[in-house]
Amino acid sequence: MKRFTFFNITSLTLGFAFLYVPILILVVYSFNSSRLVTVWAGFSTKWYGELLQNQAFLDAAWVTLKVGIFSSCIATVLGTIAALVMVRAGKFWGRTLFSGMIYAPLVMPEVITGLSLLLLFISLGVERGVMTIVLAHATFSMCYVSVVVSSRLVSFDQSLEEAALDLGCTPFDAFKSVTLPIIAPAVISGWLLAFTLSLDDLVIASFTTGPSATTLPIKIYSAVRLGVSPEINALSTLLIGIVAIGVIIASLATKRAAVHRKRQEEAARQET
Amino acid sequence: MRRAFIISIPYLWLIALFLIPFGIVFKLALSDMAISIPPYTPTLDISGGWAGFKDFLSQLDMENFIWLKEDNLYWKAYLSSVQIAFVSTLLTLLIGFPMAYGMAQAPKEWQATLMMLIILPFWTSFLIRIYAWMGILSNEGFLNQFLLWTGIIGAPLQIINTNLAVYIGIIYTYLPFMVLPIYATLEKLDPSYLEAAEDLGCSRTQAFWAVTAPLSKPGVVAGCFLVFIPVVGEFVIPSLLGGSRTLMIGKVLWDEFFSNRDWPVASAVAVILLLILVIPIILFQKQQERAQEAET
Amino acid sequence: MSNDPFQPWEDPNATPLIRFENVTKRFGGFTAVDNLTLDIYEKEFFALLGASGCGKTTLMRMLAGFERPTEGRITLAGQDISSVPVNKRDINMMFQSYALFPHLTVADNIAFGLKRSDMPKSEIAGRVEEMLDMVQLSQFAKRKPHQISGGQRQRVALARSLAKNPKVLLLDEPLAALDKKLRQETQFELMDIQEKLGTTFMIVTHDQEEAMTVASRVAVMNAGQIKQIATPDAIYERPNSTYVADFIGEVNLITGKITSDTEKTCEIAWDGGMITAQPRTKLAKGTEVCFAVRPEKIAISAKKPNAANAIQGKVHDIAYLGNISTYYVEVAPGQIIKAQLANDRRLSRRSFTWEDPVWLSWTDTAGIVLTE
Repeated sequence: MKRFTFFNITSLTLGFAFLYVPILILVVYSFNSSRLVTVWAGFSTKWYGELLQNQAFLDAAWVTLKVGIFSSCIATVLGTIAALVMVRAGKFWGRTLFSGMIYAPLVMPEVITGLSLLLLFISLGVERGVMTIVLAHATFSMCYVSVVVSSRLVSFDQSLEEAALDLGCTPFDAFKSVTLPIIAPAVISGWLLAFTLSLDDLVIASFTTGPSATTLPIKIYSAVRLGVSPEINALSTLLIGIVAIGVIIASLATKRAAVHRKRQEEAARQET
Repeated sequence: MRRAFIISIPYLWLIALFLIPFGIVFKLALSDMAISIPPYTPTLDISGGWAGFKDFLSQLDMENFIWLKEDNLYWKAYLSSVQIAFVSTLLTLLIGFPMAYGMAQAPKEWQATLMMLIILPFWTSFLIRIYAWMGILSNEGFLNQFLLWTGIIGAPLQIINTNLAVYIGIIYTYLPFMVLPIYATLEKLDPSYLEAAEDLGCSRTQAFWAVTAPLSKPGVVAGCFLVFIPVVGEFVIPSLLGGSRTLMIGKVLWDEFFSNRDWPVASAVAVILLLILVIPIILFQKQQERAQEAET
Repeated sequence: MSNDPFQPWEDPNATPLIRFENVTKRFGGFTAVDNLTLDIYEKEFFALLGASGCGKTTLMRMLAGFERPTEGRITLAGQDISSVPVNKRDINMMFQSYALFPHLTVADNIAFGLKRSDMPKSEIAGRVEEMLDMVQLSQFAKRKPHQISGGQRQRVALARSLAKNPKVLLLDEPLAALDKKLRQETQFELMDIQEKLGTTFMIVTHDQEEAMTVASRVAVMNAGQIKQIATPDAIYERPNSTYVADFIGEVNLITGKITSDTEKTCEIAWDGGMITAQPRTKLAKGTEVCFAVRPEKIAISAKKPNAANAIQGKVHDIAYLGNISTYYVEVAPGQIIKAQLANDRRLSRRSFTWEDPVWLSWTDTAGIVLTE
């Protein structure tokens, strides 16, 4: 039944070209030896060298990494709990408000979220820096985690948990030894999503940061506003490369796991 | 009891870091710049009790909103944000739907790969992807070089710093948000619906409009919300690709806050932006809840 | 009503409505339908019966137009329809999942095909009304499919596929989603509607009871081929092969060799002794045959009865099924023959119990001799 028609191939090809050609150009021209970024003057890796000399960028990268790891871990814990509440808790007082607070941040313009959090931190007299960015990022990315995890929980066969309880688990035990391992892939992808959202965020970080903490996006933004530069091309290529390698490793790992499982099933069938 | 405790953890977190901050924005929008220049101190004196609260209320006024109403920069910015968001949502739908449809129609063994290709740009930095377009759209950029080389144009086109560049940037960034929900609904669509439609006398095209199109509505609606709502408040794209003539409210808010340092006006801008978006946001939430209920 | 039985397939002058002529369908290396020829007559209620994967669904989908035959041709009323697209065929289908459009009301679902036919707009509402009446769902016209019960959905699907008054209605496992009680009621409803409209129905099912109940003729399919086409009673009482005998109902299959061949009866030697039977054709001495006899045709008694076939054994197992009991009797080491007794008294002690020695007996016409 399913097949590629001419129309489908055309729309997919054009669509994916639109998505990938700009990134490809960026990567290629990061190896350009000229400072004029749109004129090819030969292959060179010198911008990567200059990038690694640039202490400001390295500091910003370190801040971003710290913020990303802390905020995504908090977001994963909170988001998983929130997903459990959404899918399992049934009716409770203020449920509509709760689900509103889960879904609204997904679409809320970042300028509003950023501004409101900044005003909160100021009225509480909190000193702004890494800590406040972590709190801000954890708050909006927990909503993404909760959406990812709850979509897995919805399709989760609840009788597995009931079987665990029947076999003598306490509810917490059942969650820990049955539910959590099964929803683990969703929790992990939720964490990855939260981590990348944090690495990526410019607007909310700009609002909630103080003079002590400059994240990489803030640094890139201020550099980019002045125009295209080969160092930024090199930095972008590095970031894209890290992501691409991560994604490829992850997909290879899942593919190998699937192949492995299939083989085992096959072997088990032949044994009987 | 334990259930209440578990519910309360994310609940209280969201109230403290999502709901209360909005309350503060509302309050500040009604304050005056004079008393709220940074460093900002809370004017609500809780020790004053009810009288203190009334006193606090009496100090609030609509001055900032009147200011927004009178200066037509703001009105134009709101209008043009909504307009840009609306047009770019339509354009994204126009490009995204055929892609989602093509993905859903593709042979099963291809679908996972296509899905990954759509998601992959998500993982790469948004800022970098916008930046990539700066190099393409600038006057001596790759697009102009290419068009000059083919001879279609004689002199470089001014694309960057125009609304056109903003549209391209928005479509580029938000395309996956449109494709994914539409693909999800199309992929779940029972093929026997289409067979039934053909069996009852529809041609392929008629069956598409009579069955596929209406049944993909939840995905289309979700995709449009996911694009429209954040785009109205978009800041990075107009700031990097747009010009001085590109009016978008996210940028106005940013400038009001960081350049003019007028926090009450920035808050008022945010409140109105929120009021514009509150209906689509509630509709989006309802739609998400319905979709989740349909799955259980 | 005339007393002439409806059996156009016995009439050499009748022209069939549908003909499959040497139709083959391959999917890659897999042959789903293998050089199959089949005639179906007007007003028939034709059942395609077979296990899943036997090719029955593919056969039906080729008739509907969703699949094209790899070889051979299909004609409808004398016209080759192999190249006619689905939406131009005068054939409608009722889907296993019903495929009721979830975004349309019951009435709009029924009107869906009519709106795309040449029926004038003014008549559509009347026709929808008529179909709703037929399936007794007039009060649900404005509901959406998810607001009615499974049985009602099934009837909407039926009404929708009959609304355009097609020459042939195809039913793909139409009752599989219903529970047993409802299924039985619906079978009779289907038969009533079919008789009233006179439309040719073709049903695909894996449920033999369903096929036997509704159909005028049943085709048993296996591995892309038709094993037998016959009326339900002929399929049951005169199966043409061990596959069909075994597939339909319960049966004792006894393999043996012909030892004598007089004009009318033959003797079959097997591990448990000798069997006297009446073959359909004369069989040569030494032919390997299979003797098939239904358990309900076998009598059980304590004393040796006076019958063409009588054999002694020991009750090995008893399955009490309510209306009947099936006795598994061991007649020779490892050889078990099933016999059924109707439980026609409510309060009676079972005449035979485990390990009882019993006699099994049947007449020489009770079973059938199969060579395939």
